[in-house]
Amino acid sequence: MKDHAEIELLMGNEAIGRALIEAGCQIAAAYPGTPSTEILQAVADRREEALEPLHIEWSVNEKIAFEIALAAAYTGKRSAVVMKQVGLNVAADPFMRTAYLGVKGGMVTIVADDPGPHSSQNEQDTRLFCLQGRVPVLDPASPAEAAQMVETAYALSEKFEINVVLRPTTRICHSRQNVALHPPKRLERQARFEKDPSRWAATPAFLPALHRKLNHTLEQVAAEPDLQPQLTPGDGSHPRTALVASGIVYGHLVDLLDDLGLGGSIDLYQVLMPYPLSSQFREQLRRDYDRILVLEETYPVIELQLAHPGARGKQDGTLPREGELTPDVVEQALCAFLDRPFSPETPPERRGQRPSLCPGCPHRASFAAIKRAFPRGLFPSDIGCYTLGMNLGAVDTVHCMGACISQGAGFYQSYAQDGDFPTVVVTIGDSTFFHSGIPALINAVIQKARIIVMILDNATTAMTGGQPVPHLGLTASGDATRAIGIEPLVRAAGVDFLEVCDPYDQQRLERLLKEADRHIRGPEPGVAVIISRHGCMMDSAVLSGQEKYQVTVTEDCTGCKRCIQAFECPAIEMDESGARARINTDRCVGCGTCIPSCPFNAIVKEKLS
Amino acid sequence: MKQQIIVSGIGGQGVLFLTRVIAQAAVDQGLPVLTAETHGMAQRGGTVLSTIKVGSYHSPLIRTGQADVGLLLWEDNLAVHRSLLKPEGHLLINADEEGEGARIDASGLAREMGNPVLSNLILLGLAVRRQALFCDAVQCEKAVRTLAPERFLDQNLAAFRRGLED
Repeated sequence: MKDHAEIELLMGNEAIGRALIEAGCQIAAAYPGTPSTEILQAVADRREEALEPLHIEWSVNEKIAFEIALAAAYTGKRSAVVMKQVGLNVAADPFMRTAYLGVKGGMVTIVADDPGPHSSQNEQDTRLFCLQGRVPVLDPASPAEAAQMVETAYALSEKFEINVVLRPTTRICHSRQNVALHPPKRLERQARFEKDPSRWAATPAFLPALHRKLNHTLEQVAAEPDLQPQLTPGDGSHPRTALVASGIVYGHLVDLLDDLGLGGSIDLYQVLMPYPLSSQFREQLRRDYDRILVLEETYPVIELQLAHPGARGKQDGTLPREGELTPDVVEQALCAFLDRPFSPETPPERRGQRPSLCPGCPHRASFAAIKRAFPRGLFPSDIGCYTLGMNLGAVDTVHCMGACISQGAGFYQSYAQDGDFPTVVVTIGDSTFFHSGIPALINAVIQKARIIVMILDNATTAMTGGQPVPHLGLTASGDATRAIGIEPLVRAAGVDFLEVCDPYDQQRLERLLKEADRHIRGPEPGVAVIISRHGCMMDSAVLSGQEKYQVTVTEDCTGCKRCIQAFECPAIEMDESGARARINTDRCVGCGTCIPSCPFNAIVKEKLS
Repeated sequence: MKQQIIVSGIGGQGVLFLTRVIAQAAVDQGLPVLTAETHGMAQRGGTVLSTIKVGSYHSPLIRTGQADVGLLLWEDNLAVHRSLLKPEGHLLINADEEGEGARIDASGLAREMGNPVLSNLILLGLAVRRQALFCDAVQCEKAVRTLAPERFLDQNLAAFRRGLED
């Protein structure tokens, strides 16, 4: 064990993961999701650094992960559950009740928010969720501060026997910083669950008392001296004026004030705990300031609690009500607030290259087969790499984890009422299927929905960097475990039509899709399932284990761009003249799945020896 | 010492690795450093941008017109990210045709070396040779040694040196 602080360049998520180990966390559970994923990964990668036994798991969804960590905290150990903001919706049920019932050992719920949003279906603000759930939330302004706040959260959690949320945002999670490491703690705790049904199994009769206790606790938490807003006083040149910021926006603001030569001239408060906000702070702001600017992402959580008559921020439109508060946005708001001239050099809005499925991605082949089989089909899909099937016109809806099968069933019911129905082909990834697809499949079967469900099984959680899935037989630590097959689950859900196909064999896949369509339109109403199975290209073993061809474009190419527009493989591009397609050999993986995309048979492959 | 750097490219080009190498060179010199990176869906072949701030900063993001150095692995991104750079900032671009900024056909050279992904370190080599960065060749090599997986180390160092000489 090192007794001096060692400095390491760490991503925010790695810093938080290391801090969990330093704090003596013994049970950590998560479901992967950008921007939170690397936190549990870091705990797994650094598990040797822990001084006590450590259980790490990729649970099948966030609700389950939460309940695992919760029970561990009931036994007196320190636990953590990690998710992204929309994952908290999945875990909302236990999360809300835990606020009333509390915990014993320290429990920290780490929820990564995604202002922007960069890779999420919404921008919801976990701090507001915490206000609604009556759960204290800490809002770090840098990776190093996020790491420090892990111990703060545990200490608070144990002092008041409550769950505490740590809420980093994308710019904390995926920033890197020089971070000081501290020696891990040895807490020597033995699991001991003390039965207390009036609390742990509280029926409605007990809940008003527990709610009263919670309200009392929150008042004490709000008054915790170490968690009060931190003041950097100004020099008096801006009297009765203050800036109030939290999270990464505080960091943007400090740099901006320095750049503008305003550092140390205005009273500046950093809010460490946006909920519950201390009443002393609210009163102080009302007493000492006429004008304040509140800077926070994403919702006006602090602003609403302050209810200050001179507050400017999201409510009066000084700051935009949506999107990331980038330094450019903060500059504009600050200049407006201080009546400083601001000449916005608004650069043209350009998005650059759009994301697309990797060369050789099996999903692309699956989507191509679906489009060919059912040019007028309806295509609900879901959250994952395969969302990018949108580029290929084979994804019509993406809502939230697992929604696609229920949406597909809903489309069927709605059309079927009117007589005929279109072919509905739902696409769902293997990890998403385990997360929340199974109940939806059971529901579709018992409601006799005539739909085709294609499970895109690439044996990994690809979008978040390849976390193991239940049918792989591997734990988060890389140890072997029981593998849970998809086929028996599908059969047990009452599905009669079940086929498995490698999507690289596109002719067979197309044939199976048409068979499935005949089945759902046959005498026995029901769901047809096709498992489209081929490994992910991000796994180098998959790539090196498959046939590789030399793929070329012949003189038969007419330059129609069908291959580029409809197949959209990043390895196919137009040549300099724009007259003919060509294969970019830097990017081509030699799978040959593009060949059927050419109406003129101008793409050919030759086996490489 | 204060320097603001952008690294721009598309997913799969090694923007993240290049970002980490530069940040590690700062850590090795005892300089505070903050980076912000693109993860998730955009990494699937889409435009990606990293920012690096070396020195006493609190935020990893860079305002319009404030970057001192731009490393562009994908020429088309010039239109997207040029506005982040100071007018007098150093611009280094992986491109096989003439144009704005200091240019090198890093992809072509990387292909000759047998791995297109090496273009990131070739471009870094050029930036160091042009003295655009806060760090020198020795410091960069040390950072590459720290971060590169062992089986790719020699290849990575060779690519860096290739850019340094060109």
